[in-house]
Amino acid sequence: MEILVCIKQVPGTTQVEIDAVTGVLKRDGVASKMNPYDLYALESAMILKEKYGATVNVMTMGPAQAERIIKEAFMMGADRGAILSDRKFAGSDVWATAYTLAQGTRKFCKPDVIICGKMTTDGDTAQVGPEMAEFLDMPHIANVLKIIEVTDAHITVEMDMPQTVEVARVKFPCLITVEKGIFQPRLPSYKLKKATAHFNIQYFALKDLEDQDEMKYGLNGSPTQVKRIFPPIGNDAHEIWEGNSDILTHQIFESLMRSKFI
Amino acid sequence: MAKILIHDEYVKSPDKLIKLCPFNAIEYMDSKLSINSGCKMCKLCVKQAPEIFEFVEAQIRGIHKEEWKGVAVYMDHVEGNIHPVSFELIGKARALAEKINHPVHAVLMGSHMEHAAEQILKYGVDEVFLYDDVALENFRIEPYAACFEDYILAHKPSIVLVGGTTIGRSLAPRLAARFRTGLTADCTFLDVQENTDLDQIRPAFGGNIMAHIHTPNHRPQFATVRYKIFDAPEMIKTPFGKITKCTLDQSLLKSQIDVLEVHAKEKSESIEDAEVIVVVGSAFKKKEDLNMAFKLADLLDARVASTRPLIEKGWMDAKLQIGLSGRTVRPKLIITCGVSGSVQFVAGMKGADQIMAINIDKEASIFNTAHYAIVGDIYEVLPKLIERIENERA
Ligand SMILES: Cc1cc2nc3c(=O)[nH]c(=O)nc-3n(C[C@H](O)[C@H](O)[C@H](O)COP(=O)(O)OP(=O)(O)OC[C@H]3O[C@@H](n4cnc5c(N)ncnc54)[C@H](O)[C@@H]3O)c2cc1C
Ligand SMILES: Nc1ncnc2c1ncn2[C@@H]1O[C@H](COP(=O)(O)O)[C@@H](O)[C@H]1O
Repeated sequence: MEILVCIKQVPGTTQVEIDAVTGVLKRDGVASKMNPYDLYALESAMILKEKYGATVNVMTMGPAQAERIIKEAFMMGADRGAILSDRKFAGSDVWATAYTLAQGTRKFCKPDVIICGKMTTDGDTAQVGPEMAEFLDMPHIANVLKIIEVTDAHITVEMDMPQTVEVARVKFPCLITVEKGIFQPRLPSYKLKKATAHFNIQYFALKDLEDQDEMKYGLNGSPTQVKRIFPPIGNDAHEIWEGNSDILTHQIFESLMRSKFI
Repeated sequence: MAKILIHDEYVKSPDKLIKLCPFNAIEYMDSKLSINSGCKMCKLCVKQAPEIFEFVEAQIRGIHKEEWKGVAVYMDHVEGNIHPVSFELIGKARALAEKINHPVHAVLMGSHMEHAAEQILKYGVDEVFLYDDVALENFRIEPYAACFEDYILAHKPSIVLVGGTTIGRSLAPRLAARFRTGLTADCTFLDVQENTDLDQIRPAFGGNIMAHIHTPNHRPQFATVRYKIFDAPEMIKTPFGKITKCTLDQSLLKSQIDVLEVHAKEKSESIEDAEVIVVVGSAFKKKEDLNMAFKLADLLDARVASTRPLIEKGWMDAKLQIGLSGRTVRPKLIITCGVSGSVQFVAGMKGADQIMAINIDKEASIFNTAHYAIVGDIYEVLPKLIERIENERA
C-alpha cells in the first residue's frame, strides 16, 4: 500500500497578539513546529505500515526550512519526503494550497490513501484535505475517529457525523482526515534519525508541476483575500449581581437565554 | 500579477522586519529580503513598514456579479432531522438577501424528505430545492456534492451558507474547489455590500486574531458558520415559499463509499472538549449535594469539573480537575459554584469566553476574574435555577 501524509510547519505558538492601537504584532520568538494535528495523521500511517506493510510518503508545501518537519517525519518512520516550495506559492489560501498539493501529489507518488490532519493551528480551516480530494477526483472522508480495517482495495473507518458515528468502507484511492486522538503519536526516535540521515528530500517548484498556469497558484490563485486583521474584542464585562436568590436566579437565567446556552 | 514588492534599498534592520510577519514568511538570505510560501497576504508588513513593503494589486478577473442571484442555505440533516444551525443560517440569509434584493433558497438532499421540506418553508424561504432519492439516504460525499453542483449550475446563487457541522465542513470545500471559488470557514460575522460582495469575519490563530475576508472576483461565495452564532428566525404562520423537486441521473449518484453501520454517539468524557462547564468547589458540604451541579450540567449540556480539594476528598475523578496541576480549559461558558478562585485554579480557566461565578463571599478572589460575579448561596441559587430551566423546557 502507498500512503501519502500531508504535513505543515506552523508557528510554534498561537499566542500572538496584535496591539489594538498600532496594529503591531506582539509575539515571542518561538520557533516553528509540525502542525500538532498532523502528528495524528503520521501516526495513523505508521500504524497501517506496521500492520499491513506500506510505503509512507510525506509532503508539505512551505519554505525550505520546512525540511525540519520532513526530517521529523523520517524519525517517526516515514520513507520518502517532498517539499513544494516556490515564491510563486506565496499568499495561497485554501484553494491554492489544496491545488498545489494535488499537483504535487501527481508528481511525487501514487497513493492509495492520503491522510491529512483534521486542521492546522495557523490556517485553522479543516478544508485543505477535502479540496485536495476534489482536485484529485477521489472520495474523501473527513473527521475519521478510528481506522477499523484495510484490505487490498478498501479502507474501513469510523467517521464522526453531527449526531452519530458511521462506519464507512471506501475504495482506494481516497483521502481521509483524521481526528486528534485517533492514535497516540509516537516520539521521533534517535535510532531512526541516524538511519534516515541520508534520505533525500525531493523539491518541487512551479516549473516541475503539470499545470504551470500562474493564475492558479499563490495569491493569484486565491479567491479569498484578507481585507484586514485585528485583535478580537474580548469579553470585558464585569458585573456584580447581588440580591435575594430569586433575583439572582432570574438574572442568571436571562443571561443564559440571551447567550443561547438555554 | 498581485504581490508584495520589497524595496531592499531602504532596508536597515532586516531582523526587525522578519519579525513583523506572524507566519514567518519573511526571509533574509544573501542580504536580500524575500517572501516565502508561508505568506497569507495579511499585509501586516505593508501596514507596519510601508517604506519597505508595497502591495501591488492583481489584475481583476472579470466576472458578472449580477448574473449570480440568491442566497442559498445548505440544509444539514440526519435522517430528516434538520440541524438547528441550518435554521439559524436561514435567518442570516434572509437578512443578507433583503439588503441586495435576492431570494433565499434552501437546498435539501436526502431520502424521504417531503416532511422536512415542508418544515423548512415555515422558516420563511422563497424556494426549497429538494433532491429526494434513496441513494441519498446516508451522507456520502460524491452524490451529495453532485446534487449541490446541479443546484448551483442551474440557479447561480451569489452566496452559499453551510453549517459548520462535520457534514458541512466536508461538503462545502468540495464544492468551493469544484467552482474554483473561495470558502471562509467558521465565520462569526457576515454582512453584504451593495455589489453583493460578502464581508466575512472569522477568528484565526486559535482565536487570537480576527480576519476580515472577502471573495471579490469569484462566485458563488461560500461560508461556513458554526451552531449558535446567529439567531434562528421566528416561524411564520403562512409560508409563502415553494418546493421544487429536482432529479439527477442515477449515474451521478454513485459513490465509492458504503455506509455499513450507524450508531449513536458516545458523549466525550474530557473536560477540555466541553463548550460549557460547571465547576464544583469546596462549598459543597456533602458528596450527594454535587447532584445539583450534575443536574444543572445536564440541562445546559455541560460537563462537571472540579477544584482540587474535592479530588483530594475522593468525590471527583482526578481527570476532572481544572488548574495548574490539572487541566486547562477554554469553554464558551464556565459557571463556578462555591470556588474561591485561587491563582492555581484560575490559571486553568481564565481563557473561558464567559465566566459566571457564584460565591457567597463578596470578597472572593474569583470575582476578579469573573465576567458575572454572582454573590449568593449555591444551596439557594442552584435549586432555583434548575427549577426555572426545567419549567422553561416543560
Ligand atoms: C502547587 C499547587 C498547585 C495547585 N493546583 C491546583 C489546581 O490545579 N486546581 C485547583 O483547583 N487547586 C489547586 N491548588 C489548590 C488551590 O490553592 C486551592 O486550595 C483550591 O483551588 C481551592 O479550592 P476551592 O475554591 O474549591 O475551595 P476554597 O478555597 O475552600 O473555596 C470555597 C469557596 O466557596 C465559598 N462558599 C462556601 N459556601 C458557599 C455557599 N453555600 N455558596 C456559595 N459559595 C460558598 C467560599 O466563600 C469560598 O470562596 C494547588 C495548590 C498548590 C499549592
Ligand atoms: N501547506 C501545507 N502543506 C501540506 N499539508 C497541508 C498544508 N496546509 C494544510 N495541509 C493539510 O491539510 C490539513 C488541514 O489544514 P487546514 O485546512 O489549513 O486546517 C492539515 O492538517 C494538513 O494535513
